[in-house]
Amino acid sequence: MNVRSAAARLSVPVSAPGRPVVDLAAQRAHDARRRQLTVQGLRVLTAVVWLGSWELTTRLGWVDKFFFAQPSEIAVKLWVWTTQGTELGPLWVQVVTTMEETVGGFVVGSLLGIVMGIALGRNRLLSDVLSPYIKGANAIPRVVVGALFAISLGLDIKSKVATAAILVFFVVFFNAFQGVREVDRNLVANARILGAGNRQLTTEIIIPSALSWIIASLHISFGLALVGAVVGELFGATAGLGELIYSAKNNFDADGVFAGMALLAAIALVAEILITALENRLIRWRPPVAVETRI
Amino acid sequence: MAPAIELRGVTKRFLTPSGGVYTALRDLSLVVQPGEFCAVVGPTGCGKSTTLALISGLEPPSEGEVDVLGRPVTGIADGIGYMFQSDAVFPWKTVLENVAAGPRYHGLSNRDARLKARDWIARVGLAGFEDRYPYQLSGGMRKRVALAQSLINGPRILLMDEPFSALDVQTRSLMENELLGLWAASSASVVFVTHDLEEAISLSDRVFVITAGPGTVKSNYKVDLQRPRNVAEIRFEPRFVEIYQEIWNDLRDEVAVSYERQKRSGAA
Repeated sequence: MNVRSAAARLSVPVSAPGRPVVDLAAQRAHDARRRQLTVQGLRVLTAVVWLGSWELTTRLGWVDKFFFAQPSEIAVKLWVWTTQGTELGPLWVQVVTTMEETVGGFVVGSLLGIVMGIALGRNRLLSDVLSPYIKGANAIPRVVVGALFAISLGLDIKSKVATAAILVFFVVFFNAFQGVREVDRNLVANARILGAGNRQLTTEIIIPSALSWIIASLHISFGLALVGAVVGELFGATAGLGELIYSAKNNFDADGVFAGMALLAAIALVAEILITALENRLIRWRPPVAVETRI
Repeated sequence: MAPAIELRGVTKRFLTPSGGVYTALRDLSLVVQPGEFCAVVGPTGCGKSTTLALISGLEPPSEGEVDVLGRPVTGIADGIGYMFQSDAVFPWKTVLENVAAGPRYHGLSNRDARLKARDWIARVGLAGFEDRYPYQLSGGMRKRVALAQSLINGPRILLMDEPFSALDVQTRSLMENELLGLWAASSASVVFVTHDLEEAISLSDRVFVITAGPGTVKSNYKVDLQRPRNVAEIRFEPRFVEIYQEIWNDLRDEVAVSYERQKRSGAA
């Protein structure tokens, strides 16, 4: 049995009593396209209903737009920011500032998390010694540490990167650690029998095996890095989307707060797409998620 | 000439998660001659797999001695191939990378290892599937990858832990015949663990019957059927049936003991 013969079997026209002969492959492609259209359509509909009811209720005065903003005015705000700049300077400077802090924190935090997670996962003594400290540190509300960083590292990019990194670190660390611990013992035994040394065991068995855990944590941690960067900016900054939101809040400008949030959401979505692409590249060996098909 | 494998008075105990001690093997002794194909049969839970773990050096014995190729086992030794019961091919490596892993771990260059791997992939009938990942293969094909993977290092001892138990009957006898062919071309000694007496007799020169756990060797039988054999047909021979009856008389009691125990622990 091979894949080719399976494909051949599936594309053979099937005739059943009372049913026309159909080309199943074409039928399935057609179904997939239709489903895709339905999903996209429902997505647009969701946005229309959500934004439309928001716009309507604020226009009719049922909801006070001073506190809850209004979609059309948020859009205007975004347009003004883009064309005339913000009160802190050009919009792209704010976006780039926050992006730098986020990506910096994300990279530093996840690298440290991966390295520490694998090291402790591989070394029983080290993990036994350090585990109470790590669990204790994890129990501290880490956003608060941002205040400390603002004092010790100053108000420039360093304190934001550090805040973002510490949020990212724990999530990635625990996933990497667990991933190493969950490695199939049979695979390790097999590699050792085949002659793998400790280094090969780590690079060829442990890390690839832990990778699905690590990447799963990266999805969450980019969002956390963004939180870290924005919180860091709230503790004191001269530029960035968090600072922009903070100054809008100080001016009782609800539209500005929402406009900043929309920009943050857009950044998070783009990052999610990039991480998914990275995941598909790194974990090519995993079977694709089964797609439900009707025949 | 020293025997290929010798276990003398081996006992293996494990700590259970609840803190108790579980004795998997008690005072087990067995000898495998160079080039001999031995099968180990016994009821479930009698310590068959543990025996292989001891020979391979993955686990040390609690008491007794294990010699492989005339030397005491102190860790994982060279010259051993091991086919595991469950899938142990590396899911993130292609067929080619999986088979090339062993030679690479033994210091061959990537190029040479791949060259050697291509040859073995062809020998187990997977030519053309070099770039597939394991999830893209059928169960039987994954077993072929595992077989090539464990044979490519030219092991002098081949340990097999119910390697074909998950396969359908037709694929299984096909794989058994191929295994016999590949083994005949090598000089390896084989220890083949199975709970299937028919499989044990049709493949091997000698069958060890292990008692219900804690396992020890109850008896061993020489299988004097001619080679080369066709696994799918040998079971119809009168001599095969005779041997089968003889061993089954012995094995039956152990299976009954093990079954009674399971029923009791299930009821408790």
